[in-house]
Formats: sequence, C-alpha cells, structure tokens
Amino acid sequence: MAENHKKAAGRLCYLCNQRRAALKRPKTLEQICRECFYEVFEEEIHQVIVKNQLFKPGERIAIGASGGKDSTVLAYVLSELNRRHNYGLDLFLLSVDEGITGYRDDSLETVKRNEIQYGLPLKIVSYKDLYGWTMDEIVKMIGLKNNCTFCGVFRRQALDRGAALLKVDKLVTGHNADDIAETVLLNILRGDIARLSRCTSITTGEDGPIPRCKPFKYTYEKEIVIYPHVYVVIVENLNKMLTYAYFKRLDYFSTECIYSPNAYRGFAREFIKDLERMRPRAILDIIKSGEDFRISTSTKMPEQGTCERCGYISSQKWCKACVLLEGLNKGLPKLGIGRSRGLDNNHMKDVKQSNGTKNIEGKQCGSLDF
Amino acid sequence: MQLTLEFGGGLELLCDSVKIHNVDVSPNNEVDKLTMKDLLVWVRANLIKERPEMFMKDDSVRPGVLVLVNDCDWELSGQLDTPLEEKDVVVFISTLHGG
Repeated sequence: MAENHKKAAGRLCYLCNQRRAALKRPKTLEQICRECFYEVFEEEIHQVIVKNQLFKPGERIAIGASGGKDSTVLAYVLSELNRRHNYGLDLFLLSVDEGITGYRDDSLETVKRNEIQYGLPLKIVSYKDLYGWTMDEIVKMIGLKNNCTFCGVFRRQALDRGAALLKVDKLVTGHNADDIAETVLLNILRGDIARLSRCTSITTGEDGPIPRCKPFKYTYEKEIVIYPHVYVVIVENLNKMLTYAYFKRLDYFSTECIYSPNAYRGFAREFIKDLERMRPRAILDIIKSGEDFRISTSTKMPEQGTCERCGYISSQKWCKACVLLEGLNKGLPKLGIGRSRGLDNNHMKDVKQSNGTKNIEGKQCGSLDF
Repeated sequence: MQLTLEFGGGLELLCDSVKIHNVDVSPNNEVDKLTMKDLLVWVRANLIKERPEMFMKDDSVRPGVLVLVNDCDWELSGQLDTPLEEKDVVVFISTLHGG
C-alpha cells in the first residue's frame, strides 16, 4: 500500500511531464501539476475573454464582489490578466450590502481587505440606502419563506445602480460553469423559457444600460476553489517574497447566508455535483444544451420596457423590485411573490390610481439615468 | 498516527469553527493501514459536531467537497483507498457555499 501511495504521488504532470501531478482537471480529466494548473487556469480565462471580446481597451469595469470565492478569485485573476495582457481596463470592486448581520457585514470586511490587497477602488451600495429596508428588517416582517426572492430581485437592481454610480461600461460577475449549469436546470424545472434562453449567454443586457458578463462561464467551481489553495503552495515553492501576503490576497469568505435555506436551488446544486462525480463533463454539456435550445417562434416572449415608477428595465408596468417594495411598505409582503404576473399588474394599476404620486416620491432609489 | 486535518470553505462550521485540527488516529488493528475511508469514519465520529450530511454522503465525502492529501487532489491517489502515513496533511474544502 505504501508503494501505491508513492506511485500515485509520483505520477507526472500530463502537460510538462516534469513535475508531480497535483490535481485532476474536471474539464479534461488531465492530471497536472500546480504550476501548469496555475498557467492553464489563467490562460483559459484569457482566451474566453479574447474570443468573446468581453472588453475593449479603456473600458471601466465593475467586478461584482461578494467576498466569496468566485468573485475574489475573479478580481485577482482579472487584475493580473489586465496587467499581463494590457487590456487597458479600469477595474472597480462593487459590493452590495444587503444588511444581514453576522453574514454580509463579515464578508464585506473581506472585500475591504481585497480593496487594499488588489489596489482596486471599492464601492458599496446598501439595500437600506436604495430601498429603505435591510434584509434583517425584511425577514423580520415576512419570515424565512420568500426572503430570497426579495434579496435576489433587490441585489440585481442594486448592482446596476452601483454600476451606474461608478459610471462603468460593464459589470462582471463570478458565475462559474457549475452555477450556469444549475441555472439551466432550474429554468427548465420552472418552465422559464425567457430566462433559459438568456442564462447561458456570456454577455447579457447589451441593449440595456449596463451589460453584464461572466468570464468564468466555462470555469469549473472545483478549479476556482482549488486555485487559491494551490497558489500559496506555488509561491512557497518558488520562494518568492510575500509568501503569506499572497495567500492573504486571495482570502475569501465562505459562510452560507444565514437566511438561505433556498431548498429548490440546493437540490439542483446537489444533483449537478452528483452528475459531476460520475461524469465531470456533464456540467459543460448542460451548458451546451442550454445554448442549443431553440425557442419555438410561437412561444410568447416578454417584451422589455421600463418601469413606470423608477425607470429600471422591466417587462411589466412596474419592475419587480417596485412591486416587492410596495408590498413591504404597505404591509402586504406577499405582493409580487409567485408567478401571477397578470394579477400583479392589475393590482398595481389600482394601487397606482389610488395614491399615485406619493408613491413615486416615496421610493428612495429615486431617479437614476437608465 | 499523527495527522493534520484542515477544514475550509464553510466546513469548519461543522466542527466548532476550528479550521485546523492536529489529531492522533489509530488504525482499527495493528496490521491494517489507515486509509481515507477509515479517516472519514473517524472524522465523522470525532470532529463533526453538527449536520454530518453537509460533510458526508454514504461512505464518502458529499459531492462538491474537495479533498487534498499533502496538497494533492485525492482523485489522483485513489480517493477512499488513499493510504495515509504519519504526518500527512488532509484538507477538506467545501465548494457548496456561495460565491
């Protein structure tokens, strides 16, 4: 057995054939060493950026930064690639403070450290400032049932508003291949054809005010998680200065949101991980399936317009955030929950007629140019 | 057998929020070598204080938990059959937390 151990440990890297292999790539099943992993990991992301023309020289780019593993690694890799390949980008960190005590306040500390470590300016926008409510207050009012709906809808808009404040051209997020495969499955399970056709695009919202893109679209979560752990070892091996500082540069926050039972997504996630264990390529194949779906022309797609109340993009009269906010402010938190879209709108018409102007003034996020 | 175990990516929350554990694990009997399979049973019984299902599924780690033995992906060393030796360092990292 001991010999086995030595033998396994002695297997050479598939790429350089010199150093000991340290991991098996889920994408290719190749066994490669740390140094080669570090190289191919960054090079593949560079290739994705180039092939998909994600950026143009001189652009201002906000990195949606939660302090978690994906966005932390994204911020690090993107600033490295920007330097190495002269992308000519102005990078910013953009964080959303949902107002979740013991969770977001701690993870924002990580982002604040990242600001110093990477030398990227940080902007934090909070739900409290934008909407007048923290998630703690929302959960106190509505309980733990639909809280993730509020948080998701509010976060999406908060990121756009933060990006507008930073006057950036694009917003990049750390969504990885596993996340996208999971979202494809969820959209199928929900019959959400509009989102199904959108969710695999590497860039979305090009017709809107701030396009978003996902440079990690083809990057496996396993590699993102392993990257900072491997990185410290490489640096130690090369005896570079700042050994520990490098590790610090990639410190990330990894506590689950205290309000997130989100069971449905959890099941999809677990299913994806089970599939990955049996056949790692399944993740890329699900993304491929999502990309190749043809939406029949008879399927009615929602038309994009703008919210009459706040000017944000919306396929309905009012955007989802305004509907949810209206419910919160009126003490009817169920408003806007579920899929009864037509009903929502009829209801909103009544509300609007009864006390229209006051509501419009009442919304704190007010007028932003979209 | 002296081993260093490290829990990351949120798994430390299952063992009193302690990330690094220096432990002494003995094989079931003198003849047998300790393998990762044995270690997982030991960890589950001795270190995991809550929600063991977040750490294990059946007799292995839950899919989505990465395992490194001496900084090497355990998929290269035989996963559950990976033999352990004195002073080995085993790292468990969950990939299931938010990004």
